[in-house]
Amino acid sequence: MSTDQVLAASAAPAPQDITARRAETDRRADRAFRYLVTGAGIFVLLALAGAALSMLWGGKLAFSTFGFSFLTSTDWDAVGHKFGALVPIYGTLVTAIIAMLIAVPVSFGIALFLTEVAPPWLRTPVASAIELLAGIPSIIYGMWGLFVFVPVMSSTVIPFLNKYLGGLPLLGPLFQGPPLGIGMLTAGIVLAIMVIPFISSVMREVFLTVPTRLKESAYALGSTTWEVAWNVVLPYTRSAVIGGIFLGLGRALGETMAVTFVLGNAHHLTASLLMPGNSIAATIANEFSEADSQIYQSSLIALGFLLFIVTFVVLAIAKLMLMRLNRNEGNR
Amino acid sequence: MFKTFSRIALAGLIAAAGVSAQAADITGAGATFVYPVMSKWSADYSKATGNKINYQSIGSGGGIAQIKAGTVDFGSSDKPLESKELQEAGLGQFPSVIGGVVPVVNIQGVAPGKIQFTGPLLAEIFLGKITKWNDPKIVAVNAGVTLPDSLITVVHRSDGSGTTFNWVNYLSKVSPEWKEKIGEGTSVQWPVGVGGKGNEGVAAYVKQIPGSIGYVELAYSLQNKMTYGAVQNAAGKFVQPSRESFQAAAASADWKNAKDFFLIITNAPGDESWPIAATNFILMYKQPKDAARSKNALAFFKWALENGKSQAEALDFVPLPDELVKQIEAYWAAEIKA
Repeated sequence: MSTDQVLAASAAPAPQDITARRAETDRRADRAFRYLVTGAGIFVLLALAGAALSMLWGGKLAFSTFGFSFLTSTDWDAVGHKFGALVPIYGTLVTAIIAMLIAVPVSFGIALFLTEVAPPWLRTPVASAIELLAGIPSIIYGMWGLFVFVPVMSSTVIPFLNKYLGGLPLLGPLFQGPPLGIGMLTAGIVLAIMVIPFISSVMREVFLTVPTRLKESAYALGSTTWEVAWNVVLPYTRSAVIGGIFLGLGRALGETMAVTFVLGNAHHLTASLLMPGNSIAATIANEFSEADSQIYQSSLIALGFLLFIVTFVVLAIAKLMLMRLNRNEGNR
Repeated sequence: MFKTFSRIALAGLIAAAGVSAQAADITGAGATFVYPVMSKWSADYSKATGNKINYQSIGSGGGIAQIKAGTVDFGSSDKPLESKELQEAGLGQFPSVIGGVVPVVNIQGVAPGKIQFTGPLLAEIFLGKITKWNDPKIVAVNAGVTLPDSLITVVHRSDGSGTTFNWVNYLSKVSPEWKEKIGEGTSVQWPVGVGGKGNEGVAAYVKQIPGSIGYVELAYSLQNKMTYGAVQNAAGKFVQPSRESFQAAAASADWKNAKDFFLIITNAPGDESWPIAATNFILMYKQPKDAARSKNALAFFKWALENGKSQAEALDFVPLPDELVKQIEAYWAAEIKA
């Protein structure tokens, strides 16, 4: 473009004309942008509703045949066509709870160590190691669990638990049983190792966002590292930390391969954490390909729907808890 | 000049199209049990003839579903379909290869083949009624074997499986209580035990858990050097699992009078017969939509049944007896319009 042309082009329209036209294109672009992002948002909702409804539709036969007893029955009999979801639901919840009991404190420790305690040269390698852990496929965790961890459990950990905890009045029954090494406790521990990277990396990220000013003020007032972590860092990052925990919990509830390897896949309801059980995801993965009758297939899809509901309920409870916490905060 | 070129090119194109149509891959899906021998057969068949066979081991139930949906040229199942069901779907059925399911244990100090079981004994163990290895009933048939005072852990399949079908079919035949309480199918409601996914899952659990007993195909127990047990057959003899005893079971079976080859050869008669031999079955349409493809599939099975015996034996499967192969070929000629 020559200088003449540029001059001609810029000189031609009046300045206010340009502003008007720019405002017009801006508005149009704005509107298009809004449609685009709204579409993206609605897409998630549609996908979610679509998945839930199609599972409900697929599980229709199971729900209509067994009714409410589908939730309370421990039967899982492909020959007699009697199915109930209590054992897998119980196994899913128990393994996830064990996983969270272990993973949350450990992740908190890791994140705190990395942000407050560790010397700077150590922080990056440990943080990268955690991120690498998150990238390992779950089947590797399952194989490691079965071939390396299960023998440790059966030869050392379970006899120890039997001896020292098995006799306790209330908790005793949880820790009684033969040393199979395969069972809900083992599955819970493997799950904990799998979700620790998720929770701890979220915690580390958000702990880094706490303004140094706040922490230094606390230290200046004579706080210990623990007091700073508990009274300054954690309250400041609470909602993000809980978000991270529930990210991990969601993963623990839905994990399939690793659990299948070490859970024992047995449809028995037992009080003992050392006995084999079953989880929703493991049951579906194990049995779907050979589900040879309609009611069998429908029951498995219904299980999928229940996993959806369980996850939804758990997340809803988390949100409620968070809201209540925030409200109390306001009152104080 | 240009014309000649284009004519040659055109001829080449047509020839290429013709070849590719003929060599269109035959697809099959079904039992995992026969996957090793299927893949060996299809590799050798492809070398011999240039035709490719694509077999997906998705499980017997999946194989039946896929052939009924018409998405594959043949399905395969470890559980034969009854004539009525075959007729409704317009399917024909014939056996492909024979194998066997063996009990495997993990007891310290017991060598492979040294522990013996009777059918009812296995049923009681899998029902959870016998819980210790030194139970008098186990000791009674195992004179000279030192059995520990330890708990028995039963290991079964967690996925539906033809292996399970043959195992529980046998238990149903020898134990009225099993038949009444549990029944038979590709997956059942196990009264006790832990479940492993696939033959390899069961093998891994049995190796991990001291005092456990499970069931796998012979090939898996040999490859993993597991302690298998001898089982008493219908003639009252204790036999070791081997190709010979599977062969004996196959030979003693009455295939002649089995309509659509519907015959489950567990608990077979004969002094030498292994009691838990298992047959794999192939399912094909009697009036296929694409006759050419079915013809190719039959050509493959003809080749496999006649020329694929050594490959099957190398993988610890038992090829079908010659007489049965003749019967199958007559069945193809009479029933399958390809």
